Amino acid sequence: MSDLPLASSPAHRRHGSNMGQPMTRRDGILKVTGSATYAADNHPEGMLHAVMAVSAIASGRVSALDVAAAKAHPGVVEVMTPENRPALAKDPEDRDNPFMFRLDVLQNDRVRYANQPIAVVIGETLEAAQEGVRLLSPKYESETPNVGLDGAESFVPEAVGPGAPPAASIGDFDAGYADAPTRVEATYETPPQYHNAMEPHAIVAHWTAKDRLSIDTPSQGISAALGRLSGLFGIPVENIEIRTPFLGGGFGSKGAVVSPQVLGVLAAKLVGKPVKLVTRRDQMFGPVGHRAPTRQTLKLGIGEGGLLGAISHHTKTLSSAFDEFFEGSSAASHTLYASPAIATSHEAVRANTGTPMFMRAPGEASGSIALEGAIDEAAEACGMDPLAFRLANYAEKEPISGKPFSSKRLRECYEQAAARFGWEERTLAPRSMRDEDGLLVGWGVGTATFPAVMFAAEARAVIKADGSGVMESSIEDMGQGAWTALAQIAADGLGIDIEELTFRGGESGLPDAGVAGGSGHTATAGNAIHAAGVDVVRKLAELATNDEQSPLFGAGNAGVDARDGRLYRRDDETRSESYADILARAGLSEIEGSGTGAADSAAQEHYALHAHGVVFAEVKVDPDLCQMRVSRLVGAFAAGRIINPRLVESQLFGGMIWGVSFALHEGAKVDRRSGKVMNGDLAEYHVPVNADVPSLEAILVDEEDPHVNPLGIKGVGEIGITGSAGAIANAIWHATGTRVRRFPVRIADLV
Amino acid sequence: MKPFDYVRPATIEEAVQAGSMEGSAFLAGGTNLLDLMKGGVVEPQRIVDVTHLPDLSAIDATSDGGVRIGALVRNADLANDADFAGRFPAVAEALLSGASGQLRNAATVGGNLLQRTRCRYFYDVASACNKREPGSGCDAREGENDGLAVLGWSDRCIATHPSDFCVPLVAFDAVVEIAGPSRRREIALEEFHRLPGETPEKESVLEPGELIVAVRLHAESIAFCANQRYLKVRERTSYAFAVVSAAAGLIVEDGRITQARLALGSVAPKPWRARAGENLLAGQKPERAAFERAAEAALAEAKPSGDNAYKIDLARRLIVRAFERAAAGTPNPLPALPASPFAHSPEAAHV
Repeated sequence: MSDLPLASSPAHRRHGSNMGQPMTRRDGILKVTGSATYAADNHPEGMLHAVMAVSAIASGRVSALDVAAAKAHPGVVEVMTPENRPALAKDPEDRDNPFMFRLDVLQNDRVRYANQPIAVVIGETLEAAQEGVRLLSPKYESETPNVGLDGAESFVPEAVGPGAPPAASIGDFDAGYADAPTRVEATYETPPQYHNAMEPHAIVAHWTAKDRLSIDTPSQGISAALGRLSGLFGIPVENIEIRTPFLGGGFGSKGAVVSPQVLGVLAAKLVGKPVKLVTRRDQMFGPVGHRAPTRQTLKLGIGEGGLLGAISHHTKTLSSAFDEFFEGSSAASHTLYASPAIATSHEAVRANTGTPMFMRAPGEASGSIALEGAIDEAAEACGMDPLAFRLANYAEKEPISGKPFSSKRLRECYEQAAARFGWEERTLAPRSMRDEDGLLVGWGVGTATFPAVMFAAEARAVIKADGSGVMESSIEDMGQGAWTALAQIAADGLGIDIEELTFRGGESGLPDAGVAGGSGHTATAGNAIHAAGVDVVRKLAELATNDEQSPLFGAGNAGVDARDGRLYRRDDETRSESYADILARAGLSEIEGSGTGAADSAAQEHYALHAHGVVFAEVKVDPDLCQMRVSRLVGAFAAGRIINPRLVESQLFGGMIWGVSFALHEGAKVDRRSGKVMNGDLAEYHVPVNADVPSLEAILVDEEDPHVNPLGIKGVGEIGITGSAGAIANAIWHATGTRVRRFPVRIADLV
Repeated sequence: MKPFDYVRPATIEEAVQAGSMEGSAFLAGGTNLLDLMKGGVVEPQRIVDVTHLPDLSAIDATSDGGVRIGALVRNADLANDADFAGRFPAVAEALLSGASGQLRNAATVGGNLLQRTRCRYFYDVASACNKREPGSGCDAREGENDGLAVLGWSDRCIATHPSDFCVPLVAFDAVVEIAGPSRRREIALEEFHRLPGETPEKESVLEPGELIVAVRLHAESIAFCANQRYLKVRERTSYAFAVVSAAAGLIVEDGRITQARLALGSVAPKPWRARAGENLLAGQKPERAAFERAAEAALAEAKPSGDNAYKIDLARRLIVRAFERAAAGTPNPLPALPASPFAHSPEAAHV
């Protein structure tokens, strides 16, 4: 969005490098003044409103829809059902890769989960369309749904998460466990959780020609969305425009194109006019992904000195009746603790639920809360301090793969956060700490980890005749601060002040920035952007150093530094020349470069690539009424190079608050018979309110990683949720002596 | 939302007349009704907008020294009325512990009394619910019912009344003034809501067309103002309905309780006055043992309607806490987080 007035304020002024500076968000003023346009804010001329009708049952078929009644309502333009839904070029049941999901776009009358779209009403007004939906009065032939983890025969999935093997092992777990003098076995359960970004999945779709599509919709992965829509509608990628300058949160639910978005495009095609379709809050509980429930059994065999001799981590989870995504919780045990024998495995059932998808720290969040709980139980069984136990089992190399870590400053995280928290004052026994008001106080710890993932990205950079710069890459800012952090990298790559940079992203038609997911966007797009800047600077240097008129003549490419829009001779700082002068003399109006960012397969082969951290939690529990409150969270994280500490702290806080939510609040209540989510709104699906958020600290531990990628970035988007939830659960045990293994922990569990 | 007629009467008489027609519903703050209409849970044919009626928005002193609260007084306005909050601090505390700031700014006194249960099966129109559709059954009985009633429920319905405000009101003998087609009448709040029995769809004694015009609190109830609390146990710190709540008030003279008041919220289909508990306290020293006996008595009839036996135990503990806090003296000013059981004293930093 080149016309976005991304404002700079004095807080942006910098001294030296842009990277590493705590710049405020460049889109902050737009957002706090309400002038940042989200997808649903777009109203092209002649736009109609589409509203989905969704299924009230979880399994069966739609036997009747009163289309005539809906169409008779004033203002209703059309009703889209399986009867008249425009044809697709590709079967929505086809799926080409792990990041693509099967769709429910009115291909037939089957109902596979509650809240599945069963029709779309298009009206001149939102109200007319809503009323049309009501008038459809669907009738169903209902079948008994499969509900929950025990609702069907289980099987071993072919892959978990984004294509990982369902099982992994080293050593002989059975022998190690049998021989262990101390054994801990515990089963932990996590509930289904739904992303519920503030901005629901919305789309404004406009067919500007028979084969040209223009879309406003939130997307964490523009190029993937282009590919998906191109396939579904049989038009070239080049004919599709997607604008997604701002996302009101994504958390993984906007990584893949989901059914409501495709229905919006279909509706626009059906009526031949621009159509807006916004997923209603209650409709978020089904067709747009969620985190599946898990039941995780951990077995730990512990030897002398609290040394782990055997770890087994088995996860039972579920996927939908028609598609595959399996929460890979057991993988949490692959990396954190040293043990000669480790065995991880998964099984799953199919249930009548919307397909689970990536949800912030998929696998790691749910797996971490179980692993960290079991580790705490092991420390308890050994009579050891939980932190001392973790340090005793510190993994110096990645346990199963045996690879060295590219960098791992977890020990420093433990030290710094423990000191800040005051951990050494902790008493060993549960129920042994009280505050001045008599509340039970508990302190707990959880280790955080998340892999340093990279996708593939491209960027294009330009220096213009006036010496200003342009950077183009289809970056996605879902609130994490990509507009700011990636611009900082761009400015440094180009060697210009950030005020001299025009940054284009958030839309198609630009070099592919890859997906904003997997905590890999800054690393992936950032390296591409930096490389593109460096490429331009290299070309400028080549011009100057080969030009006898330049004060840099003869310096050689490697002999110059770029900063503030000038090249400086490295061995003589008094000799320099501005980009503008170099271009002017060369008679060029601009000079262009490009760059790519991608995972380094050699680094992946030789090193284990992970960010690490730890969270210490203090909770207070009323001894009689059992109401719980997290009163303090102190985290420390080592995640490679930090581009913008202000944004990173915000990301980590967000993750830690989600840890509070995971531990104490969040969970869908699914009716055990109907399979329907019964608390599908923000009044009853609890997430923390401000008053639930305690004092938060996130210490950024310096870490230089020479292997992970050229800029040494590991990513911080998801690690904050890992560790936190377990730390809180462990603190509740320490406060009360009750080990609750089903989340969220509720008052009923402690009474 | 099903189409409906909209009328805006100018007088109470017109309102009552319009409200008497079949399918009418009164609209005040709309914080509950509009959600119910959007969800198709209730489908009135006629909305009678009473928000413009005169004389229903005042908080007045009554001749006997009590307070008369107009039915259209906003929750936030009542809670923040210093005179009122001084005389009925637990009522103010209950109001401020409910919903969110935005909702409290819109919700009215009369509407609060008439808000519907939050039972999820009532809201899901595809579920069987005798309250929503008499005779259809109760899917909550074998469903996700851990938050539902442990007192006063029937085989037909195990829903709870969700109000915070009504709990201290019923404890302190509030009276509801009602305008009807033929007459004005008044009734104790304790008698205003009905237990479900065989007819859970009938939630109050209101007859068609009858409109709540005011709620009154007597001067005698002000005598409890020095020793009263409303406490609310909830799963998150604000914007959550109670798991269990309790309003407790004491009059203590010469180290002995002369009168006690006790009501419970979110445990029954109506705000639950616990007279058995009150009666045991008269003449007792304000001590934990006495409060525990009162709590036992208050829950003597309780029985789980599902996965909610814990609420009985929790209610007992909360009663003890509420009386202990009441005995310690009404906090002034109100705690930063109203109704939190965490705030041991006004100075306590916990919220």
